[in-house]
Amino acid sequence: MITSFLLGGLDRKTGIAILVLALIGIGVTYSNAFLADASPLHVSTGNMLLFGKYAAYALLAVALDLVWGYCGILSLGHGAFFALGGYAMGMYLMRQIGTRGVYANPILPDFMVFLNWKELPFTWVFFDHFPYAMLMVLLIPGLLAFVFGWFAFRSRVTGVYLSIITQAMTYALLLAFFRNDMGFGGNNGLTDFKDVVGYNIQADSTRRVLFALTVGFLAVGLWLASSIVNSKLGKVLIAIRDAESRTRFIGYRVAEYKTVVFTVSACMAGVAGALYVPQVGIINPSEFSPANSIEAVIWVAVGGRGTLVGAIIGAVAVNWGKTWFTGVLPEFWLFALGALFVAGPLLLPKGIVGTLGGLFSFGNRPSRVVPTSPEPAE
Amino acid sequence: MLKSIAAAIRRLSLTIVAIVAVTIVQPVLAADIDGTIQLLTTDGYSDTIEAIGQLSTSGHPRALAIVQALSDGKLQFSDSAKKVYIDTGAGLVDAATGDAVATPPADVSDVRQNNRVRGVVQAALGALSLFNPDPQKRREAAEAVFKSRDENALPAIDASLAKETVPEVATALKIARAAIVLFKSDAAEADRVVAAQAIQVAGTQDAVALLRSLPADAPKTVVNTAQASAKTIENNLALWSTAQNAWYGLSLGSVLLLAAIGLAITFGVMGIINMAHGEMVMLGAYVTFMVQEVIRNHFPSLFDLSLPIAIPLAFIVSGLVGVAIERTVIRWLYGRPLDTLLATWGISLALQQLVRTTFGANNREVGSPSWMSGSFQLGQLSITWGRMWIIVFALVVFAGLILILKKTPLGLQMRAVTQNRSMASAMGIPTPWIDALTFGLGCGIAGIAGVALSQIDNVSPNLGQGYIIDSFMVVVFGGVGNLWGTLVGAMTLGIVNKFLEPVAGAVLGKILVLVAIILFIQKRPRGLFALKGRAVEA
Amino acid sequence: MDIAKNSILYLDGVAVSFDGYKALRGLSMVIGPGEMRAIIGPNGAGKTTMMDIITGKTRPDEGEVLFEGSTDLTRLDEAEIAELGIGRKFQKPTVFESHTVRDNLLLALKADRTPFWTLFHRNTKDEDNRIDELLSTIKLSHRAKDLARNLSHGQKQWLEIGMLLAQEPKLLLVDEPVAGMTDAETMETAALLRHIHKSGKSVVVVEHDMAFVRELDVKVTVLHEGSVLSEGSIDHVANDPKVIEVYLGR
Repeated sequence: MITSFLLGGLDRKTGIAILVLALIGIGVTYSNAFLADASPLHVSTGNMLLFGKYAAYALLAVALDLVWGYCGILSLGHGAFFALGGYAMGMYLMRQIGTRGVYANPILPDFMVFLNWKELPFTWVFFDHFPYAMLMVLLIPGLLAFVFGWFAFRSRVTGVYLSIITQAMTYALLLAFFRNDMGFGGNNGLTDFKDVVGYNIQADSTRRVLFALTVGFLAVGLWLASSIVNSKLGKVLIAIRDAESRTRFIGYRVAEYKTVVFTVSACMAGVAGALYVPQVGIINPSEFSPANSIEAVIWVAVGGRGTLVGAIIGAVAVNWGKTWFTGVLPEFWLFALGALFVAGPLLLPKGIVGTLGGLFSFGNRPSRVVPTSPEPAE
Repeated sequence: MLKSIAAAIRRLSLTIVAIVAVTIVQPVLAADIDGTIQLLTTDGYSDTIEAIGQLSTSGHPRALAIVQALSDGKLQFSDSAKKVYIDTGAGLVDAATGDAVATPPADVSDVRQNNRVRGVVQAALGALSLFNPDPQKRREAAEAVFKSRDENALPAIDASLAKETVPEVATALKIARAAIVLFKSDAAEADRVVAAQAIQVAGTQDAVALLRSLPADAPKTVVNTAQASAKTIENNLALWSTAQNAWYGLSLGSVLLLAAIGLAITFGVMGIINMAHGEMVMLGAYVTFMVQEVIRNHFPSLFDLSLPIAIPLAFIVSGLVGVAIERTVIRWLYGRPLDTLLATWGISLALQQLVRTTFGANNREVGSPSWMSGSFQLGQLSITWGRMWIIVFALVVFAGLILILKKTPLGLQMRAVTQNRSMASAMGIPTPWIDALTFGLGCGIAGIAGVALSQIDNVSPNLGQGYIIDSFMVVVFGGVGNLWGTLVGAMTLGIVNKFLEPVAGAVLGKILVLVAIILFIQKRPRGLFALKGRAVEA
Repeated sequence: MDIAKNSILYLDGVAVSFDGYKALRGLSMVIGPGEMRAIIGPNGAGKTTMMDIITGKTRPDEGEVLFEGSTDLTRLDEAEIAELGIGRKFQKPTVFESHTVRDNLLLALKADRTPFWTLFHRNTKDEDNRIDELLSTIKLSHRAKDLARNLSHGQKQWLEIGMLLAQEPKLLLVDEPVAGMTDAETMETAALLRHIHKSGKSVVVVEHDMAFVRELDVKVTVLHEGSVLSEGSIDHVANDPKVIEVYLGR
């Protein structure tokens, strides 16, 4: 049952993408480790970190595409799930610092000592165990998405209303995590990490493993998402996207489907956040800012919603552009990003992959085009 | 031993106060106080007390300053020069004349005090202040007496009451007197009961504490009256604090209303998700800044008119930008709400950056005209003119908008187009232009809101960002497509927020409100005043 | 209560209003098992609202709606009612435009509808045969692999009826199935509906087209202002003075 489900996800497009990702994962780590600095094929650690970061973003984009591209749920709060996963990882890394902190407290992280706290809050208790922390990376975003989604979808909050309340959700979390008494480091967030499962987090070898892991998880995420959308459940999702009430009248419980896919997607976003934090070395409340979540949406839109592979391409392309712009013309980045937001829907509604797919019949499935007709007026 | 000393001090200060009272009632001419000054240089407590007594009765203009300095521990004397000085912190001044002393003698030292001296100083100070020519000072003195409940001040209070002409000060004196009488164990029971009731007038938390702290051995009737009085005051206080919160809530609500009202048109009536709405507000604020710049540099006398001048300009600027956005971007995206959301978000980013490169990223200084500053008192409410005008302004804008929609041909055509586009088009209404004008109207009103918000918020490129989520919450909460819903929604959210703040703190309060709205939308997806029926579901 | 017990659909005193507008006022109707019924009425008579109430989209303010004599439909939602065996075709054809014709039928096919089972679902031989059968019933075998959005209006109507059949419902609610069809298509649709009826299913057809209703040749219920005006054979209601007044005006 599971095998056939997973085999269903390996269509040509996804297969090629996974292959490319595998090559990148192996190639980059090999080049970083064994090629001389002077070699034209050498990838510096800085660049590897950069692309590791993009890969984490790409996983977030795949998660977002799963709900938006296939089920029509435009979440403007996926950054919150990403950040929650990141915080869970950050809490583990904080506990790993141990006595090497400024205040050398074996139990309490520095900021708690600074706030004059005497005891570890219950939220932090088991975070020194790696498996527990990893469970939380999945569980916390998943649980939030499940509860939020169940209430929202059961009440049939759809379209822009849903977008707005997801935005309000991440905004509320932003405000909450800024508070010192929440116990998550307030304004400064969590940083100054030392090591991860016993390996120095700054060491090149650790970073290579982190990079390879991120690319690997991206491939797994893509495969999983592809399996889901190619299954009958995926067909139901598209049916919901195109004609929600029709799907309901055929007998599908739309709220259940939406909740399931929203929760799965949130877990993927959480994993992306957890892979992101050790590579950038910090997690703070600004990750919850609504602007971040909307930016993730544009990655998917640029790459092509409802294509999965497009989400990856969009995330990497836009972020690479951001890095380039902020280096060369910092004051023009927001103009460029703004133009992308405007031009995307106007000129390239199907995104890069959707448009190319239309031109060259890319992929082996009928093209999944953005729904043009809204809900039937019934 | 101690007791007898205390009694002695009390007797002494009583006499002083009595004397002061008499001298002030029948003022004597300022006499030479050299003799008194000499007494302060002998370094003996008795002489010091004697000097204070003389100062109190002298009616000398420097008397209060000298006693005050003594009370503050800043009075110094020189045995060699036989002079007394006040240490102002910046140097010494001659206590008798108030002139600065360039070269103080070498042997300057503090006038020493013991408890006896301190007691007399405080009594004299209180008494002297009660007769200060400044009514504000007299009132403060009376309030000081209320706090200290010093029985010795009673004669001075009575004397002062007899000649007090300022009603507020007289009230303060009566309250102070009542406080003393209430705690005076040898006063007549009836007098104490009257006093317990009289304190009610004070109406402060201090008065409650005072009434509650009555010793248990006081007569039953006095205690009961005091408790009843305290209860009444507390009820009053609760009422006023509720009123104050409600006022703050209305004030916040009107800010929300201003921010959201334009959105109620573009989102509520037209169904366009305009994420650049906050930037329209921001543009309005920058228009205000530019108007004030021009006025400051060329017509400084017109500064008080800067806001009335800025309002139409802000409307035009934001409105035109809105029309341009509708014509170039939004009209291609009708029927694709999620794409509209993304495109307008892009526009908001670009507008922010545009303003940042033009005006810089820092906050810009926008001044308040004189008629917006200051405050007035309404009962125990302190109301600032700025907030007051913003509430009035928000309501005027709201009423104006309703009038436009209900009474003008443009409003009629707008409603026709939003209700049945094809029918309106068939009747010859130029629907594309009505769309553009409606959107422009919503954006223009956002610009007007920016003029008002420039008075209470930092004018920076990020100004609009702070309002966008709140605005959407207000419109969705109130019920999309219903302007009255927006009004009620804004005021409700404002008031709820301000009532939560004292309990939960500002940030947590805001979070709670957000969570409550999220839950509310799930309960009633179409808001407070939703339109029902088949028409909506289309 | 006997009437209710022996019926497939039983409506009694159903009333609903939207913002003061009474869409239905005391509507009562009984559909027997295996019966085909045509419902006609002028605009605003409450036909679509009645469908909405039966399928759980709208909750009535008062009145009883029973399925198979015992199940209270007013407490269930759309999906639950669909699973009981009530299928509905919309006035405007709504199919899943970005799915193929085949996938449209696959989604409608009677099967376990929980997310878990659909996630691990594999097409069985049985299902494929069933779909092939349906495709030939609705005459769309040659277009099985095309996207539904590329079908003509009439073909979409037929696909929707096919999806209805795929659900294997006990009761079909069909809202204006021939709107926008050519005369030939109309006659074919009437034949298709009669065929469905003969296979033992109960059918309720809402229609404006009198020729089509005559072609169906079944009992007719006339709705007017939210309640039943007249009921009987097509000739009976056509000669009812109340019906004539409503249709022709006074």
